This record gives sequence, structure tokens and C-alpha cells, in this order.
Amino acid sequence: MDHIVIIGNGISGVTAARHIRKLSDKKITLVSAESDYFFSRTALMYVYMGHQKFEHTQPYENWFWKKNRIDLKKGYVESIDTENATLSFSDGSNLNYDKLIIATGSKPNKFGWLGQDLKGVQGLYSKQDLETLEVYAPNNKVCKRAVIVGGGLIGIELAEMFHSRHIPVTFLVREASFWNGVLPQEESEMINKEIRSNGIDLRLSSNLKEIVSDENGKVKSIIIEETGEEIPCDFVGLTAGVSPNIDVIKTSTTRNELSRSIETGRGIKVNRFLETNSPNIYAIGDCAEQHEPIGDRRAIEAVWYTGRMMGETVAQTICGNKIEYKPGHWFNSAKFFDIEYQTYGWVWAQPKDNEARFYWEYKNGKKCIHINYDKVTRKFIGINNFGIRMRHEFFDSVLTKKQSIEYVLEHLADANFDPEFYKLHEKEIIAKFNTENGTNIQLKKKSWKRIFQTN
Amino acid sequence: MKQIQNIGLGLFLLGLAVFASLIFIGNYEVTPEILDEVVNNKGIKSELFINNMNANVVGKEFSSPFSVSSEITSAIENANETHKQNSEWDKVIWDKPHSFSYEIVKRAGSGLIKENKGLFWWLTFGLGILGALMYIIPNVVIKGPPGIKNNGVWFNTATNRGWIGWFAFVFLVSFYLLLYFRPDYIVNWTYVVDPISESLSGNLASQWFLYGFLYCTVMSVMAVRMYIKYRHNKYQILRTTSVLFFQIVFAFLIPEILVRFEKPWYDFKNAFPLDYDFFFKWNLDELIASGGFGLFVLVWGIVLTVVIVPVMVYFFGKRWYCSWVCGCGGLAETLGDPYRQLSDKSLLSWKYERWIVHGVLIFAITMTGFTLYSYFSGTEAVLGIKTQTIQDIYGFLIGAIFAGVIGTGFYPIFGNRVWCRFGCPLAAYLGIVQRFKSRFRITVNGGQCISCGNCSTYCEMGIDVRAYAQKGENIVRSSCVGCGVCSAVCPRGVLKLENGPENGRINPTEILLGNDVDLMDFVNKK
Repeated sequence: MDHIVIIGNGISGVTAARHIRKLSDKKITLVSAESDYFFSRTALMYVYMGHQKFEHTQPYENWFWKKNRIDLKKGYVESIDTENATLSFSDGSNLNYDKLIIATGSKPNKFGWLGQDLKGVQGLYSKQDLETLEVYAPNNKVCKRAVIVGGGLIGIELAEMFHSRHIPVTFLVREASFWNGVLPQEESEMINKEIRSNGIDLRLSSNLKEIVSDENGKVKSIIIEETGEEIPCDFVGLTAGVSPNIDVIKTSTTRNELSRSIETGRGIKVNRFLETNSPNIYAIGDCAEQHEPIGDRRAIEAVWYTGRMMGETVAQTICGNKIEYKPGHWFNSAKFFDIEYQTYGWVWAQPKDNEARFYWEYKNGKKCIHINYDKVTRKFIGINNFGIRMRHEFFDSVLTKKQSIEYVLEHLADANFDPEFYKLHEKEIIAKFNTENGTNIQLKKKSWKRIFQTN
Repeated sequence: MKQIQNIGLGLFLLGLAVFASLIFIGNYEVTPEILDEVVNNKGIKSELFINNMNANVVGKEFSSPFSVSSEITSAIENANETHKQNSEWDKVIWDKPHSFSYEIVKRAGSGLIKENKGLFWWLTFGLGILGALMYIIPNVVIKGPPGIKNNGVWFNTATNRGWIGWFAFVFLVSFYLLLYFRPDYIVNWTYVVDPISESLSGNLASQWFLYGFLYCTVMSVMAVRMYIKYRHNKYQILRTTSVLFFQIVFAFLIPEILVRFEKPWYDFKNAFPLDYDFFFKWNLDELIASGGFGLFVLVWGIVLTVVIVPVMVYFFGKRWYCSWVCGCGGLAETLGDPYRQLSDKSLLSWKYERWIVHGVLIFAITMTGFTLYSYFSGTEAVLGIKTQTIQDIYGFLIGAIFAGVIGTGFYPIFGNRVWCRFGCPLAAYLGIVQRFKSRFRITVNGGQCISCGNCSTYCEMGIDVRAYAQKGENIVRSSCVGCGVCSAVCPRGVLKLENGPENGRINPTEILLGNDVDLMDFVNKK
């Protein structure tokens, strides 16, 4: 019986384990140094904010693993001996595998800032990060001000977390506007406003110069590159993105012969079947890097959903149904303080040459949609929706069938996924489009029949 | 703002303290006239009881309800014991001793409270309402802009089963025990609401009037909290308004006004089998005796349960009743909302839930079967079991202990839907319809779930919503009351309560939307 060992019990590793169990009787061992049981990383913020206890972030009850014969091993893998198919743990123990799935996730970026390893300076990624956060920033007496460096999704989450405990926050964002490498200017500005309206001291176009230590090796202040301003603080959150966590490969490479080492770039290089160059070794999730990016996607995708999809896919391959990783249409979601965000298809920060945009914003400045479509063919390319929920099935089908912008607008009522009785804006949205484009699109009534056909 | 809240909290606690202390004060003197009146009203034939009363109670001054109650109940019990030994069945006093005692004590009280009903209303209800509102309303500012603000719920000892939670638990359980089993101890509370009762039905307040008035008050005040907490969410606003309306108008005002017009007290929205004594002999007799109106109620009650309830569940799910209309649901969704995260989500508790709640449904139906058989056949016992005994056991175990003491008393420990989830026979009935024949479901939005767990944590019915959402599978569960909070707390817009075609409502999936289309086809259709 094959022994499948999975390093990492995040969404990728756990999804792979679950699907391998569904498809086979293989022996499965799930290895983690971080936590006894799988938890939802994206929910760590809610534990700090007091919305949930840590146990609530665990999607499966503790008996689940034994019942499904998924062995859990807590331990830190120090190296992989690819020749003998053996893992060495930091406690000296070893584990043999027939097939190995590496799903070690990411780690926060550090760009060599002076003082980046001081006490009270950290990212927010792991369960351990949450624990140290409770040490250095439990409340606004211990932590009189926190500085966050890096304007991405984790940065804004961290800001919301501190805000929930009434800890003043200075938020340094390198870009001229929040997350504007991903969001178009309109949405980005909406989020700037949302951040500021929550009392966060948002500093745009601001880089970190250095982190200053006190006499005990703990952070005392930071200095801003552009202005030289020194901001006293008790905590610095480094949230300038994440990179694949490939430490285990690096240590292994020094121990293995070069010819047997696992190939890496920024992440672990994999082909479309999520196979590494080393036989019987796969890599999935944040730590995997495609040789060639798939479609318009990035070679490394550090997203919950892609981790899950790779887990679903690699399980098929391991269980004898060898298939390529072929993710469907891009989608993603996030929440920025009180503003929910979903996206389906592609809406780039800057339109490409063939693209036209349609933007509508509600008068309260907390809802908007931004549609990207082809100027010539009118084909719908993608949508950003803020403060309005949209149906995933609807847009997935629209993208598959290459429907036009007109089709999408006509059927916007089918797409809406807001709770019942919410104010509907479809007419207003279409009226704006018609005015701007001289068209005469009419909204169709919501149809269950159509909604279900899209399934 | 914080200052206003603190003052409000102080006023609320003061009102609560005055309310609690009322039990211990007042003077009680049973005059010969009071005894005569009660004896005549009740048609008491036991001279032993009257002698006991004259010897130990009448003309004496008692300074607490406990001592006078103790004397009266022992007078009843002593007399009954002798009568039963002598088989003098017509002389036995069949009333529950403390309910009988209530009739006497209510008349016998005197002193400060009875003379200053209005003043004491302000010192109890008035301070409580004012203080609570002063605590609740500043949250508009303190908790920040509209949106889900569950910050610190699990750090607060009131909402994480900490000491304030346990204190509230003890208080609520004590309240229900007094209400159901020692009404004669709480006559002072009923004095406070006498003027309101008189203005509605023309009668002095019973303990049930007190309970009804308190219920409406608590719901109204806590509805203000709901309106603030969910001011961004129109579903919650409308739902809260609806339960509040049905409680105040249907469960409280209309029945009291009916009594004023000498009609039977009836709550038009209270459907059998939640309204478990609807088919009891005394109720049927009373309805039949009240002519056309009684007949209408009889037909309405049956149509409600047999036709309206299931048809509405088919179209809208059981939420139309449980979280839009029902009084128990109404209290759970207002007073109980701060405790919703305390319900147990384990698979084991789901198993217990199914056994217990369906057990109660079977119990209720069996009891009603016995009742109707007895009613039409005129026999007192069926299969050698006295119908009255079964009714008494149900009334005690389910009607009082489960629905009241546990159902509400345990809010701060087991969450706000203990009764609805484990005990309510109507919920069990609606649940069966909802699970097997309904258009209602909670739609899961493709592959958008991130397994964060907010939905499961805040599900008051203890449904592990996430278990479905993370598989991309719609939630179709008999217990779901459609409160809509899972959808509200979801940070990624994954959940939507909706009524759609039955076809495709239950859609188990292995591979979620967003992955390879061929893989989804291959796996999901296998």
C-alpha cells in the first residue's frame, strides 16, 4: 500500500489528503509543525478580534482525522532525502514515503530592512504569529501604536484587527494608493477612504527606512524613508506580501547530491501535473511555482482557492487519474473593513489596449462595480464588485460562454447575491451604462430558470 | 458615550435589584372576607381547609410571601391528606397548591407596593428600560460604522460563558422557576402591572399577564439593539420588526382584548403542537361554549396547523414561522441574540437534537391522541393510562421545564435556541416539511468559501454551516430557522437565503466551482 506523505496541513495539503482518501485506501500522513489540526488561516484575524475562538477556525472536528484514517504527525521536516524517499525531522526521527506532496505554504516577505528581526516585528501568517501578536499587542496599553508596512490584503486585515482593540495604527503603503497594483484607481480610492474613515493613519507613497530598537532589542519606532519622520510604536507588522516557504528544499539541497535535488525558482518548480523534477514528489498551493504561468494567472498563486484546487487535482493524479492542473475562470474575494469585495474574471489595475471599462459607484461611496470588456467584440472579461454580492455561477457561465457586456447588464438581476430585501441597484447601473454608451439595454427580471441553467 | 453607557448600566442594575427585592417585602393579611371570596369562587367544600386557614392564617399579619404561602399550602395539603384517606373526593382541592395560594395571596397583600403601583413600575420596569436603552443606543457611535461588529464577543464574560453569563443563567432560571412553580411568591411583581392589565382586559394581572408584559418589554428593548447592530442589513431589520409585531399584537394585545369582550384568551399565531393544550378538554369546551367565535378559533387552529403552516414552509421555509412570527423565536432573536455563538456545533449534539426534538413531537402527538380519544369516548383513561396524567407530565416536563426553565434560562450557556432546537414539537414538524418538501435553501456561492467559520460560530441552531459551504453544497437542514445571520457574518458573500425551485436544491459536490471544468464533470457526476 502506497504511503502518501503530505508536508503542510493547510488548505492545499488537507484538500489533497481528503480527496486521496475519497479515491483510495492509501496510507496518508499529514505533517505539520504549526498546529495539531487543520485550521483556516484566513480566520486567524477573527480570533484576535474576538469573533471566534481558535477552535472555531478548525473546519473538522478532532475525531475526523482518525475516522478517515489520515495520520497526523506534528513535527518540523528538516530535509528530504529524495534518494531514499525519507524525511528527516528536527527531533531526529525519520519517515519514509512512497509519494510526497509538499504543501508548505508561504512566509511573509522581509526585504532586508534594518531591524526587521527585532522583538515586536513580525508578519501575520501562522498560528505562532497570532500568539506573538497577543504578546506584543494585546491591547492599547502594551501597544500604544502599531505600524503596518505593506498595503496588501494582510496589511489591511491587520489594521482592522488592531482597530478592533482600539490600538492606533499607522499604515505605510509604498504605492500611491492602496493595492493599486491590483485594483483600478476608483476601487483603490474607495478603500483608501474606508481605511481613513476607520481612523487609521494611512500613509501612501511611504516606504520603511528602518526599524529602531530599544535597549532590550524590541521595536521602539520606525523611520519613514521619504520624510525621515520617526514614528514611535510598540509593534511593526510586516505585510509586504508573501513568498513560497521552501526552506525545507534549501536545507535538503545541501544534503542531497545536486542531481537529485528538487528544482526551485522562487517556489518549487512544478509542471502542469504539479510534479516536481524529482519522481514521486509533488508540490501544491502557495509554495508551488509553475514553469509557465497558466493563462493570465501568475506562476505562483498564493490564494486559498488555488491551493484548494491544486489539492483537488493532485489527488486525482496520485490516485491514478493523471490530470493537469487547469484552473477555471479566475475569482477571488476579500473584505476591507466593512466593504466586501468579490471579483470574477479579470479586471486589471490598468486596462489593456483592447479593453473598455464601465464603472458605477453608489452615492454612499461604499458600493461599486467595475466591468472590464472587449472594446471591439463586446466580450465580458471581468467584474469587480464592492459592497454588492454577486453569484459565482452566473459569472463563471458568462465567462465560459463568452457572453457580452450587454448580456451581463441585461441579466444583472440574476447575478445579484445580496441578502433578500437589500436595495437593488441594477436599474441605476444600467441607466448609467446606457447614458455613457448611447445604448438601450433593458434589465430582465430575475429568472430562476436562467439561474439554474447556469449550473 | 462610554459615560452614558455606564450610567445606563447602573440604572438597569438598580431597576433589576429593586425588581428582585420586591419578592422579599410587603405585608400579607388574609381577612375572613378574602377567604370567603376565594372559597366561594372556587367552590371549596373542605371545612378542614377552612378551619386550618382560620386557625393558622386568617387575621394574622405575615411580612413575607414565603411564610403566608407556606401556611396556606400546608393547610391545603393537610386537608387533602385527610380527605383522600377518607375517600371524600369532592372535598379534595385539586388545584396546584401554589396556584391556589396565589389567588389568596394576591388579594391579601398590602403596603407600599400595592399602594404605589405606578411608582414601583417606574422603579423596576422604568429604570430597566431606560438603563438598557442608555446602554444600547450609544453603540451606534461606539461600535463604529454599520457592519458586522462582533469584536470581543469571545472576550466578554457576559457572552463567553463567563461569570456574568452564569449570573444571568441563575437569574433567568430562578425567574422561570418562580413563574411556573411559585406564583404566590411573586404577587408583588403582578401588582406593578395591575394598572396595565386593568386597562386592557379589565382584570387584575395574573402571573401570566406579568410574564406577557415583561416578554414584550424585553423584546422591544432588545429589538432596539438588533436595529442598531444590523442597521446595514434589511433582512434583519424586517425580521425583527415582524417578530416584535406578532408578539405584541397577536400574543399580547389581542388575547387580552378578547378577554375584555368575554371571549376566550387566544393567540391566533400559536400553532399546535407548540400550543399543546389546544385540544385539551377544557379548551375545546370553552371554545364550543363561546359560540361563533369559539368555532372560528377551533377551525382556524386546525387549518393553521394542517394547511397554512406546511404550505408556507413549502414556499418560504420554516423561517416564516420560527424567525418571523413565533414568540419563542422572537425572544430568542432579541434577548437571545448576544448568546447565539454558544450553541454546540458538534456532530454529537446534532444526533442528540434529532432524537430529542422528534421524541417531543411524538410525545405531543401521542398525548393529543389520548386527549381526543378521551374527549370523544368520554373515558378518562386509554390503555390503562389516565389522559390527565399524560397531560400533566407533558405540561410539567415540556411546557414548563423544557420550554421555560431550560429554553430561556439556558440562553447564556447553551445559546438562544435551546428550546427551538431540542424541544419544540412544532419546529420538528416544520423541519420535516422543510427538509423534504420546500423551496427554501441557503445557497452557497460557488467556490467562494474560505472555511473561516463565522457562519457556524454564529448559527444559533448549532448547524455546522461551514461544513456545507466549504464543499459548495447548499444548506438544506430541517433545523434551520432562517435567521439569516450566517449570511450576514460571512465576510466573502458566500451565503444567501432564498426560495427557489426544488430541483437542484440539494447539490452535494466534491470539486468546487472554479476548478477545471472537465474535472468537475468527471468527479461530480460519478
